[in-house]
Amino acid sequence: MADAPTAGSDEGTVDAFLQGGTSLRHAPGPYFGAYGGRWMPESLIAALDELEDTFEKAKADPEFIAQIADLNKNYSGRPSLLTEAKRFAEHAGGVRIFLKREDLNHTGSHKINNVLGQALLAKRMGKTRVIAETGAGQHGVASATAAALLGLECVVYMGAEDCRRQALNVARMELLGATVIPVTNGSQTLKDAINEALRDWVANVGNTHYLLGTAAGAHPFPALVRYFHEVIGEEARAQILEQAGRLPDAVCACIGGGSNAIGIFHGFLDDPSVKIYGFEAGGDGVETGRHAATITLGRPGVLHGARSYLMQDDDGQTIESHSISAGLDYPGVGPEHSYLADIGRVSYEPITDSEAMEAFKLLCRTEGIIPAIESSHALAGAIKVGQRLAAEGGAAGASDKIVVVNLSGRGDKDVATAAEWFDLLDKDSAEAVIGKEGEQL
Amino acid sequence: MTTERNTGKPATSKSAIAIDKARAEGRAALIGYLPAGYPSVEETIAAGIALARNGADLIEIGIPYSDPVMDGPVIQAATTEALAKGFSVRQVFDVVAGITSQTDAAVLVMTYWNPVVRMGVDEFSRRLAEAGGAGLITPDLIPDEAAEWMDASEKYGLDRVFLVAPSSTPERMRRTVDASRGFVYAVSIMGVTGARSSVSSAAEDVVAAARAAGAERVCVGLGVSTAEQVSEIAAYADGVIVGSALVAAVRDGGVDAVAQLTKDLSTGLTRK
Repeated sequence: MADAPTAGSDEGTVDAFLQGGTSLRHAPGPYFGAYGGRWMPESLIAALDELEDTFEKAKADPEFIAQIADLNKNYSGRPSLLTEAKRFAEHAGGVRIFLKREDLNHTGSHKINNVLGQALLAKRMGKTRVIAETGAGQHGVASATAAALLGLECVVYMGAEDCRRQALNVARMELLGATVIPVTNGSQTLKDAINEALRDWVANVGNTHYLLGTAAGAHPFPALVRYFHEVIGEEARAQILEQAGRLPDAVCACIGGGSNAIGIFHGFLDDPSVKIYGFEAGGDGVETGRHAATITLGRPGVLHGARSYLMQDDDGQTIESHSISAGLDYPGVGPEHSYLADIGRVSYEPITDSEAMEAFKLLCRTEGIIPAIESSHALAGAIKVGQRLAAEGGAAGASDKIVVVNLSGRGDKDVATAAEWFDLLDKDSAEAVIGKEGEQL
Repeated sequence: MTTERNTGKPATSKSAIAIDKARAEGRAALIGYLPAGYPSVEETIAAGIALARNGADLIEIGIPYSDPVMDGPVIQAATTEALAKGFSVRQVFDVVAGITSQTDAAVLVMTYWNPVVRMGVDEFSRRLAEAGGAGLITPDLIPDEAAEWMDASEKYGLDRVFLVAPSSTPERMRRTVDASRGFVYAVSIMGVTGARSSVSSAAEDVVAAARAAGAERVCVGLGVSTAEQVSEIAAYADGVIVGSALVAAVRDGGVDAVAQLTKDLSTGLTRK
């Protein structure tokens, strides 16, 4: 893994990496090593079978491929740019950093890739209604958008507390014609919104598709959601080869359920010279117990249809996660990530709220780009990775190192949270005050 | 091992023995659900004994779980309260032992799968058998993922109650019936637990499909709350499962209300 290949010469090293000859790309499920599967009520198995069947046929249908390509280009605005962040990179050991600009997609994040694909599948299955879960509202807004575009009824389940905190996103979904149902059960968070969406699905599966927002859940969802996000990695790989003339040394992404990450990782999984990093939400710090670092500290279990790493207590009860980023605030993770962690292909590390917010501010002020707080975890991770690469190669070699970061979404939705966070800094930058007041966010 | 399974003659299945006893009396079996630890472990045991003494043949003890995707509001509220009061999974064995030591009812545990995974499937099974439990009802475990549970249930002689639904294809129906031991749980409706004003006509079709797939004992659950509904289902099923209505009785009137409701429900069991 020491020698970075130059453009055009990477095929040989791919073979070296893949000693058994098996590619890590396009893993079909239902299992990813010991993870994945279908831990679901029998009532939903027929619907999962139907979805799998429809998906497999669609993938082989040139008309479907053309529909997706057309929507990606003419509706979402793909390909998204790959932007070199030169001033930001000065803070990352002087390596070169490139941002995959999923924030520039319609609706402001990578989420649109998946919702358009799944909404088309829903139409193919003759379903007239889609349901979705949402945390802060990004996937809910994206789902409402796809439903409006394709003429589907849309119902979004959202934790009651999140509804209050994200009133404007609730309004956005309603403007787009969706019905938002506040979830008051359990912990009133994203996981409970998923529970409620599953209950709706069981009762209405005849006319309803569950438009799951991340690369988790029962088969075929992890492989299906990844499929629609693979375009991120494919574009990024081609763009970096074109702009830098070679593959990157590292690829970084943030991980909640892990859909943006698996999308960009997929493009580089079979490139052995590329180190891959997933950055989980470390919340207040993994030592505090208030975090969402599922792979870092979780144990394998089953939740929402898949076997994967899971934040759970000794009784197998799900533990509530904590993160300043609603999009990463989930106690589970997609099963393919659990597998990639176990085999050592991807390194997963936690990033605290404070580290993420510092990276958030840094990108704003060095590049004129307001990132999503989710994506800021990847940026904070990239700073660490860059500094490590620089330390390995010496100062002179740092400028030869390349890191690609998936900037999965824009931060407009996070302005209120960020303003609160940084107003505290302006008034009194004492860490004790930040720690105390930060919990009110 | 086919003699141990749903399709064969029961040798040691506690659930099958309880259902066959009711059948010999010319009626369907009554199966009552209670969440463990609601409102306390002691009261769950008392309510379970009241169930058994007032007409229930089998008892399901639910393990409160943080993410009960197949449960409606009544059971969710009860299990959330039990967890808030500090219910611990191992206490389910105290509940099972408390009831089996005082009654002849077959006592099954109904559980989402992760708490079993966490304890270890073999260890959970060993302790359940030791407590006198009959087996497990597994709402989010399908036979496709049940290899470990198949082994452990054979080892400890426990019943495997999988669910079949109106949406189950004939192929899945066969697979599930084959994997089951004791009885097959027919979900009456596409939905979650909770009382409904009428029992879906789909229920009778699901029972017929399960029988066509080889099931000898099929019990119907979801949405059953009155003696009239019990009577309707008893006409075609081997057992009738009541959940949310009993939980509401615990909530509103404690053990006495459970005893009274069980008496009422059992009037519907005799086949006309």
